[in-house]
Amino acid sequence: MRGAPPDRSVLLLLPALLILALIFLLPLLWFFVRTLLVEIEPAKLPALFASVLSSRPMRIALVTTLWISLVVTAVTLMLGYPLAYYLASRSGIRFSLVIFCVIVPYFTSIIVRTYAWMVLLGRNGVVNQLLLGAGLVARPLPLLYNLLGVVIGMTYVLLPYMVLTLYAAMKGIDPSLLRAARGLGAGRFYAFRRVYLPLSLHGIVSGSLIVLIVSIGFFITPALMGGAGDVTVAMLVERAIEILIDWPSAAIMSLVLLAATLVLYALYGRLTDVRAMLEA
Amino acid sequence: MRPALSTFVALLCLVLILPIGIVIVLAFSGGTFLKFPPDSYSLRWFIAFLGDERWRASLWSSLEIAVIACAVATLTGFGASYALVRGSFRLKKLVLSLSLLPIIAPTIVTSIAMYYVAARLHLVGSLVWVGLCHAVIALPVVLLILIAALQSVDPDLERAALSLGCGRLRMLRKVVVPLALHGIVSAALFAFLTSFDELVIALFLTDASTQTLPVRIWNSLHLEVEPTIAAVSAFLIGVTGLVLALDALLRRRARVG
Repeated sequence: MRGAPPDRSVLLLLPALLILALIFLLPLLWFFVRTLLVEIEPAKLPALFASVLSSRPMRIALVTTLWISLVVTAVTLMLGYPLAYYLASRSGIRFSLVIFCVIVPYFTSIIVRTYAWMVLLGRNGVVNQLLLGAGLVARPLPLLYNLLGVVIGMTYVLLPYMVLTLYAAMKGIDPSLLRAARGLGAGRFYAFRRVYLPLSLHGIVSGSLIVLIVSIGFFITPALMGGAGDVTVAMLVERAIEILIDWPSAAIMSLVLLAATLVLYALYGRLTDVRAMLEA
Repeated sequence: MRPALSTFVALLCLVLILPIGIVIVLAFSGGTFLKFPPDSYSLRWFIAFLGDERWRASLWSSLEIAVIACAVATLTGFGASYALVRGSFRLKKLVLSLSLLPIIAPTIVTSIAMYYVAARLHLVGSLVWVGLCHAVIALPVVLLILIAALQSVDPDLERAALSLGCGRLRMLRKVVVPLALHGIVSAALFAFLTSFDELVIALFLTDASTQTLPVRIWNSLHLEVEPTIAAVSAFLIGVTGLVLALDALLRRRARVG
């Protein structure tokens, strides 16, 4: 009997690595090197970094981005945890119904999901029509074109990421452990807090990191649902190119976004073994 | 405690699915502005969508780009996932982390880098270039699906074919591809969907004549919230529904077969 197919299968990696290198890594490298090292004098670089990072729009954008990202991560965790717990502890039709409600939005275009919430939250939107119709408010509530709108829209877009990550972690928790704790006299809440919560902790951390990673660089939803003053770093990057045609500033701000994302991704890789996917 | 959890989950599920349902209902509205529930129903906004030459051109751009992205991502992704599942080489973890990077890196950063290169190589507006860029974003999706599918293929069957004198490529074609076919088709479907729905890269890389559907929705949303967009959105939701339904069907077939 011959052994496992030898290492020649590595050759099959080459086409994927080639397009990854040529169409993803090379453009990033080319862009950063040209804009920051070739097209401006190296001596001026530190001063440029300092002026871009300390500029008023960038400072405000950094605070806005961080605030939105943290709030959205917290809200998706609070909403997603019970939903994932429900999914992990149910089967049959209940499971199918709930997973349907998570999966369909997850695979729907982000622009469509954002549009849906713009229709719902607008001044003459569905929510305000219902509230006015029911006599609950005297005039339309400002739900869109402010930070509230951005948080609602982004929470909706990112909730499935959180739920699916948490669910994957919770599925691995042996339910008999909870029963054992209950059998030994622990109350329902005590058993949850001392047994289930610690076992699901790595899911909480991975889910939060994923949502944080995606929200830091998020562009579509804040751009459409935010007010004139609610500018994120990603929107500032777009403006630097589309309106100001200021490539060096765009590159510096991109570098900040990319660095923050890569640090979080490295943390994520540390905490959840990527290779586990290969052995699952 | 239990009823509280069930109620919470039921409400949240409504909030998750209702916005999509409402867009579909609004797409069939008969009025000239968005009102829910609509006073009357009609197909006028779908006719406005498919009857408009510019919307139709966008639909074609979206399709052409998605077909290129799907073909490139599925073909290269199949090879890569086979190597990742069967191969015994070091740096596996590094290669996998690297190939997942395109969905981790902020799309806005990736997009402007791709735009920067395209501007210098006169590729802005090229459908092939957008298709290749989308293939990179779709590759991680393909890898995750195919790695799972290939793990369910019994390596003994591959060894048996090889020891009976079957060549390596022929073995791949005659043994692995048929056994992992449901996974390959699923991967291709989701690669197609990833490209078909993508906005940010297409926003930077297309020009007026190659705008995709999401890009045209984006441009229209800045002008006014016209009901045609509801019809286009419902169309995109329909494509998502079709992909999910086909995928579910394939899974069932694979389980039975």
